[in-house]
Amino acid sequence: MIISVASRLRPELASIPITAWAGILVIGVIGVCAILAPAISPYSETAIVGDAFETWSREHWLGTDNLGRDMLSRLIFGARNTVGLALATTLLAFAIGLSTGLSAAVVGGYLDLLLGRAVDVLMAIPQLIFALLILAVVGPSAVSMICVVAVLESTRIFRLARAVGMSIVAMDFVDVARLRGESLGSIVFREVLPNAAAPLVAEFGLRFCFVFLFVSALSFLGLGLQPPAADWGSMVHDNASLITFGDITPLIPAAAIAILTIGVNFVVDWYLSISSRTAH
Amino acid sequence: MNTQDQLLHVSGLRIEAKSEGIWKPLVHELDLELRKGEVLGLIGESGAGKSTIGLAAMGYARPGCRIAAGTILFDGRDLALASEAERTKLRGSRIAYVAQSAAAAFNPAHRLIEQCTEVAVEHQVKTKDAASRDAIALYKEMRLPEPESIGFRYPHEVSGGQLQRAMTAMAMICQPDLIIFDEPTTALDVTTQIEVLASIRGIVERHHTAAIYISHDLAIVAQMADRIMVLQNGRLVEQAPTRTMLSAPREIYTQTLWAVRQFKTVEKARTAAESPQLSVSDLNASYGLVKVLKDVSFDVFPQRTVAVVGESGSGKSTLAKVIAGLLPARSGQVALDGKPLPTSYKNRSIEELRSIQLVHQMPDAALNPKQTVGTIIERPLKLYTGLNAKARGERIAELLSLLELEPREYIGRRPAQLSGGQKQRVCIGRALAAEPRLMICDEVTSALDQIVTEGILKLLARIQSELGISYIFITHDLTLVRAIADEVVVMKDGVVVEAGSKSSVIASPRSPYTKLLLSAVPEMDPDWLTRRLRTRLE
Repeated sequence: MIISVASRLRPELASIPITAWAGILVIGVIGVCAILAPAISPYSETAIVGDAFETWSREHWLGTDNLGRDMLSRLIFGARNTVGLALATTLLAFAIGLSTGLSAAVVGGYLDLLLGRAVDVLMAIPQLIFALLILAVVGPSAVSMICVVAVLESTRIFRLARAVGMSIVAMDFVDVARLRGESLGSIVFREVLPNAAAPLVAEFGLRFCFVFLFVSALSFLGLGLQPPAADWGSMVHDNASLITFGDITPLIPAAAIAILTIGVNFVVDWYLSISSRTAH
Repeated sequence: MNTQDQLLHVSGLRIEAKSEGIWKPLVHELDLELRKGEVLGLIGESGAGKSTIGLAAMGYARPGCRIAAGTILFDGRDLALASEAERTKLRGSRIAYVAQSAAAAFNPAHRLIEQCTEVAVEHQVKTKDAASRDAIALYKEMRLPEPESIGFRYPHEVSGGQLQRAMTAMAMICQPDLIIFDEPTTALDVTTQIEVLASIRGIVERHHTAAIYISHDLAIVAQMADRIMVLQNGRLVEQAPTRTMLSAPREIYTQTLWAVRQFKTVEKARTAAESPQLSVSDLNASYGLVKVLKDVSFDVFPQRTVAVVGESGSGKSTLAKVIAGLLPARSGQVALDGKPLPTSYKNRSIEELRSIQLVHQMPDAALNPKQTVGTIIERPLKLYTGLNAKARGERIAELLSLLELEPREYIGRRPAQLSGGQKQRVCIGRALAAEPRLMICDEVTSALDQIVTEGILKLLARIQSELGISYIFITHDLTLVRAIADEVVVMKDGVVVEAGSKSSVIASPRSPYTKLLLSAVPEMDPDWLTRRLRTRLE
């Protein structure tokens, strides 16, 4: 069994394009940093270990930040915090968007109408302004940011899930399940969701990128993760003044944000090309 | 054959298709000859390579396929070696193609006449005006209504049969030497089909055009072709002039094909003591404002098969949905054992849902592609019976054996790993797992080949005699009615035009529509179409 899977995988692995390999590498490295942060970072996340704005040296490879904390350590811990936040937000957004979107597709009628219009309202307000407004009211914290961003992002997932769900609901096997007396949950999770997986997985990758950028932007504005926790967005903000002295250090967390986004996109592109190939 | 007369000569043709990186042959070393003005019928089941050969006669291979060996001599020129530019020049002007679905072949954004004349203008055979005049003459010949103006309509403004005739006119516009007809009437109703067949045959005869007529329906090919080639799995089984082929097929495969439609169950007549199992009375249903069913009433008696026959748009599939509760009726009722059923499936009890099972037309869409055969059949067992996991496993194996599918081999397969006939068997198995009292079979064999259809019919008949289930058998195909029905309900435009026992409806139909329907079913006699057209003229 394992051998047959492996032998089937081999040609698949051989056909992975170079861009996808680069994406996998980036995700892998950042993933390892995030998981093993305390073990591999030279200093603690929050400890002040030197003077403010020290330059690159043996002790501090990327120098220190505005408070004298080690940049490299904060970058590594930032992977854990920023990526973790984005992942949690995306997962929550998917949980909300998928369950409402697929239910709207299966049930139809008033539920569909109601959810659809609610989503229209949410989408009509510019996302960033809406998020700033809510966070200003409830106060900035990691939990409130996750909730706000997840609800805002779930509107896009709702639309996609509903559209994909509609085309599956039109299939006869869903009628058969209805006539069998299956519950709504059973129809959504047994009949519809498994067949919607391919476009939704691809959407997960893309959504993760948007959420990640959004979370970074909010952190940059000081509304995300609160100090002293390290976060790529706020690291750019805190050290931005260094750029005027010709030091590129504050650009490194910004570059990390960009590289991860591109890497995830490469992998998603590859996945999409496989699933469209097997669909035909 | 004298070579002067010869139009197409294919020899040693091998066509291969790429699957999983390996080229596999679709057509094996095929030889084919066609004289000028001759009509050759290609017959075979799906996968026989009929369409592939038809396209190869134009020097064309579908994407993913290639002409691997052989010569295709068209009027002395080898199309397999010709450049793409040369082939493009021939296509449309000297060789034309008529596809199965005219609706898919026409561009919905342009008027018919623009599309009909485009080829001629493109190939600089005629000026636009001359081509338009010729197109109108062809519409007249194809007996399209209002030939002067019909060309200025868009494809969605004419009926399916008219579109198919317009497409034949489009193929004829450059007076080609060869036309390939690929199942041109398969998507049409029987009463429309006969019109299209008559127009196609007339025009091909008058213009002395050679044709390759591809079909899976032997009775139709018998009307159209001078000579028939029987194909199986990309190989020639045998070929002979039509009459010889029909009267004396040599090969066993051909004989099986010919014998397929001879299966017939014994009609079980009603007895006075019985009361109906399901009775439908004064059923009305509509989609929005469009009324689809108008006062439909009929009864189904236990262990009987009621065939509901009608053409597309007759409301027969809607009837299935209304009985099953998917589309609530506007008025009227459906009663099971004298007890009225709630109109919507949502209000029916588990027991009521279990009693009536629906088997769909397209087994591809009716099976969840992500579930295995075992899971699919187990689900109703889990919902309706109190069986434990072990007992369910045994029951699945029992059902699969009943369906003539080896349990150990098929239980773990997914729908994609099954053939069309096997998928339909699994659908029937899922319905049987619920232990229903009535099964609604909605065109269950229309997506299947003839030999497979026969197998499914035999299976249904056996299940009925073993388990005592009654069927509502919805179909457009009167041959199936003859095979399996006890009683017949004929529908047209949502109204029951005739109902009664099979013997009475088929032997002495009362309504003119039933007579028309019966007379339009092609027979295996090559003179059938000529005879039909003559009786109509008188």
